[in-house]
Amino acid sequence: MTEIALIEAVRLAMARAMEEDETVLVLGEDVGVNGGVFRATDGLVERFGDKRVFDTPLAEALLAGVSVGLGAQGFRPVTEFQFMGFFYPAIDQVANHAGRLRNRTRGRLSCPIVLRAPFGGGIHAPEHHSESFEAMFAHIPGIRVVIPSSPARGYGLLLAAIRDPDPVVFLEPKRIYRAPKEEVADDGEAAPLDCCFVLREGSDITLVTWGAMVLETLAAADSLAEEGIEAEVIDVATLKPLDMATILDSVERTGRCVIVHEAPLTGGFGAEIAARLADRGLVNLTAPVKRVAGFDTVMPLPKLERHYMPSEGRILAAAREILEYS
Amino acid sequence: MTEIASFAVEYRRFLDPDGQAVQPLPAFAQDPAALIPLYRAMVLTRSFDAKAVALQRTGRLGTFASSLGQEAVMAGTGAAMRPEDVLLPSFREQGAQFLRGAAMTDLLLYWGGDERGSDFAGPREDFPICVPVGTHAAHAAGVALAFQLRGEARAAVCVLGDGATSKGEVYEAMNLAGVWRLPVVFVVNNNQWAISVPRERQTAARTLAQKAIACGFEGVQVDGNDVIAVRDAVERALEQARSGGGPTLVEAVTYRLSDHTTVDDASRYRDDAEVSARWKDEPILRLRKHLTDAGAWSKEDEEQLIAECGKEVEAAAEAYLATPVQPVESMFDWLYAELPGDLAEQRAGLVAEAGAAGDAKDD
Repeated sequence: MTEIALIEAVRLAMARAMEEDETVLVLGEDVGVNGGVFRATDGLVERFGDKRVFDTPLAEALLAGVSVGLGAQGFRPVTEFQFMGFFYPAIDQVANHAGRLRNRTRGRLSCPIVLRAPFGGGIHAPEHHSESFEAMFAHIPGIRVVIPSSPARGYGLLLAAIRDPDPVVFLEPKRIYRAPKEEVADDGEAAPLDCCFVLREGSDITLVTWGAMVLETLAAADSLAEEGIEAEVIDVATLKPLDMATILDSVERTGRCVIVHEAPLTGGFGAEIAARLADRGLVNLTAPVKRVAGFDTVMPLPKLERHYMPSEGRILAAAREILEYS
Repeated sequence: MTEIASFAVEYRRFLDPDGQAVQPLPAFAQDPAALIPLYRAMVLTRSFDAKAVALQRTGRLGTFASSLGQEAVMAGTGAAMRPEDVLLPSFREQGAQFLRGAAMTDLLLYWGGDERGSDFAGPREDFPICVPVGTHAAHAAGVALAFQLRGEARAAVCVLGDGATSKGEVYEAMNLAGVWRLPVVFVVNNNQWAISVPRERQTAARTLAQKAIACGFEGVQVDGNDVIAVRDAVERALEQARSGGGPTLVEAVTYRLSDHTTVDDASRYRDDAEVSARWKDEPILRLRKHLTDAGAWSKEDEEQLIAECGKEVEAAAEAYLATPVQPVESMFDWLYAELPGDLAEQRAGLVAEAGAAGDAKDD
């Protein structure tokens, strides 16, 4: 087994799904001969042909809308949006149609589609190429919102998303597209879509995160361990529907929680987790819940980008603050 | 100067407002008796619309969009389709939906506020009503793409209004249909008004049909009050689509004789005189004149048809009014194929609340 990166795991999962189910299609801008701007679909058109892998005209709302039509007809389109910043026009289709079709027809029509988009900052990309607005999607009923944080989880979660009978917004943290790498077995094994991953067990504090921030969070946990503090690290992975039980269970043992995300603080998905902790976990909390998030600013252009991104230092500062709380 | 391209938009009409043929009729219309089902479909639609508005006015139906004056667009489109085609309606296409096999009771349920109204027993693959204007054009492209990928001789029909042609997504879908030669027909119900905004304030384009030209396919304009012209144009477009010839846009020029919906008051923005003047063009009268002149329709036939349609509509309304409200938890039960654990608690809470209130009726 060779070590691969997230981008290769994503490609592997798509190829696997296309191999096992001929209704799986791959569409998007430049996903054909060019293999996608990040090369996620590299080689798929050669392998599966241009009847199953095709370039569309440059129109994001259309991409989502065509996927809804294909989904209602029994196809399983896996549709790529080049960058999350270009996804906004398609939110109309996700909220008004994809997430509602099954419900509004009482199951007569459904929408087994996956809308993939690279998201997040930290790669010195141009304007509009670094946003994180997963919370907007998590607010939409009838869909799933999935964010992998490693190659193996990327493979398993994307396979699960493609096989799922309902629409999935699958957000890929592009900062970890190429590294780190890990061994991924192309065994067709899907990961659960309603389950957090406990990446590190600990009894002193719970660090909750998702996407690329898993790296800084695990690094913070390592630093805390050097001081004798054992942090439990939870990768939420499936923001919607949320597996709150795993988080509550952890906080019941640790009594402390820091939530880390790259997206702006206000109305971010961390607020939902914090609210649910207040609702169901208050008796177990021994300190306030802290959120380490992006600022409520426009994502800065690359020169100031690193000052925006939550760092290991900020996570440690928040952790220490509540560890000292008594 | 070298002209590198030039285009023309054809206008088609078979019957003038007096029901006189202005050119040889298409094959399906040569026997007047064969036009009676189309006439019936239009009368039934008008009868349904009147009943639905009455139900709304008496508090027994929610907001409703009447198709008064546009029955020929709906009947012509519905009649041109084959059962295996797929209709993607906007929200004023009840006349076409009935011809497709959707039940009147279903549409009353929908407008009455019950999701089961979109679970058509008849056309299982037809899309439900699309309220956010023009967003269904992309669905039509997707459905047509599915037919094309499977090599099926079927077509998608997307009906949209004049206002919808201003939306970017409609252009996006038409552009895709053009470049991939998708088996789809866009029927534009140009009823002159997008709520209060008249057609001439919607676009500077001389016709709406010409919007297809920019997407590389044909757009034709027809007299939308001439059901023969609508059916003929949509039928030809569908034949072309099913045989791999690509999409067509059919602009049916008609007039919205009613308010936009039951919550609209069109007297705020258009003159009654304008509306009155348009009544002489309306489609039912036109076909009736044609049939009567041909000796294929009598006063007795008319009376019998009106009675029949009224009876049918009354029966549908009674069935609608007698339909019990869905269980409250149904709002959860069709959201996902399988209810996620995260929602189970919310559902249980609602069920308990409804149980405590003594019944599950909530209207």
